[in-house]
Amino acid sequence: MTRRRRRLTVLLLCALGLGTATALTLTAFQDNLVFFQSPSDIAANPPPPARAFRLGGLVEEGSVTRDSTPEGRPRIGFRVTDGQSTVAVQYSGVLPDLFREGQGVVTLGQMGPDGVFLAREVLARHDENYMPPEVAEALRRTGHWNPASGAAPPPGGRPTAGGRS
Amino acid sequence: MRVTGWLVPGLTVAALVVLGIGLAWGLAFSPPDWQQGETVRIMYVHVPMAWLAMGGYVGLVILSILGLVWKHPVADIAARELSPIGATVTALCLLTGSLWGRPMWGTWWVWDARLTSVLVLFFLWVGHAALTRAFDDAERGARMGAILALIGAVNVPIVKFSVDWWNTLHQPASVTRLAAPGLHPDILYPLLTCGLGFTLAFWALALAATRAGLMERRMRALQMAAARRADVSPDGRHSAAPEVRNRMGITP
Repeated sequence: MTRRRRRLTVLLLCALGLGTATALTLTAFQDNLVFFQSPSDIAANPPPPARAFRLGGLVEEGSVTRDSTPEGRPRIGFRVTDGQSTVAVQYSGVLPDLFREGQGVVTLGQMGPDGVFLAREVLARHDENYMPPEVAEALRRTGHWNPASGAAPPPGGRPTAGGRS
Repeated sequence: MRVTGWLVPGLTVAALVVLGIGLAWGLAFSPPDWQQGETVRIMYVHVPMAWLAMGGYVGLVILSILGLVWKHPVADIAARELSPIGATVTALCLLTGSLWGRPMWGTWWVWDARLTSVLVLFFLWVGHAALTRAFDDAERGARMGAILALIGAVNVPIVKFSVDWWNTLHQPASVTRLAAPGLHPDILYPLLTCGLGFTLAFWALALAATRAGLMERRMRALQMAAARRADVSPDGRHSAAPEVRNRMGITP
C-alpha cells in the first residue's frame, strides 16, 4: 500500500465517520431544527400555556377580521390552517407586504387561555414559484391555476401593502 | 502558467459580457413577479451568489483532497487563494438575502435551518482563509486549512437540503428540483445568464489570485535562494547567479 493510497483510505474513513456522526446528530435534534409547528402538530401535542413557539401554515380564506384592542391599536384576527387543523390567531402590529388570505405565514407567540394564539410577530412565507403577473392572471382566469403552488392571485393583480380584508 | 496567462483575460472578458447581458436582462427587461413585484430582481444576484458559495466550497474540498492526498503544491495555493473569494460571495449571498427578506418575509434574519447553515458556511470560508495564513510554515497552514475544509464539507448537503429536511421560512429550491423549474422562462433565462456570468467572474478571480499566489511563492523561493547564496560566500561578494539578481532587481 503506497503512502498516497493510505492517506486516501484514512481520509475516506474519517469522512465516513464524520458523515455518520452528523447524520445521527441531526436526526436526534430533528424536533429542534424545524422552524415552526403546524396546527396539526399543536392539536396532536399541545404546548404548555406560557411557552413561546412558532406557528406556521396558510391564512385561511375568509378568516381575516380587523378590529382594535381596548387601547385603540388596530388588531387583526385570522386562522392558520394546514388543511387538517386550524388555530385562531390574534395580532396587532406591522404585517409583511405578502400577507393575505391563502398566503403562507409563520407567527411567533404563545397560546392564550382561550385557545387563541397571541402572536407578537407575523412573517410571510412564499413558495418557490415565480411568474410574471400577466401569466398568473391568465392562469387564474382560465382556471389552470395549480392549487399545489399556493393561493391564486387575487383578481386585478398584486395585492397592495397591508393586504385586503 | 502559460495556459492561464491567456485564460484569465479571456474569462474576464467573457464574464463581463455575459454579466452585462444577464444583469441588464434581469434588472431592466424581465417581468416582475406576480406576488413579489419588483423585489424579485434581488434574485438575479442572490441566487448566483448562493450557487457559487456552495459550488466554490465543493471546489475547495476537491483542492483540499488533492493537497492532502496527492500533496499537489498548486492545489494548496489555489485553496488558500479561493477562500477570501468564497467568503465574499457567501457574505453577498447573506446580505442580498437579508435585503430580500425584509420586504417579503417581514424580517432581516431568522434562525431557520437554511439561513443558519449558510451562516456556518460563511464562517467556514472565513475560518479557512484565516487558518491557512496563521502559520509561518505555509505547508502546515495549507494542511490545517485542508482538514478544516474537509470537516466543513458535511455542511454542504445540509445547506442544500435544509429546506427539504426541515420546515424553514426560506422557500424550497426553484431551479434544481425534479419537476420543471418553478420559474417562468422569462425569469429563469435571465437568472441562468446571471448565474453563468457570475460563475465566469468567480473563475477569473480565482485563477488570477492563484497565479498571483504562485508568483509570490516563486519570488520568495528565489529570494531565499539568493539570501542563502549571499550567506555562504565568505568574501562578502554577491554570489547569487546573475539571472536571479536580474529577476529580483538586485543591483550588484
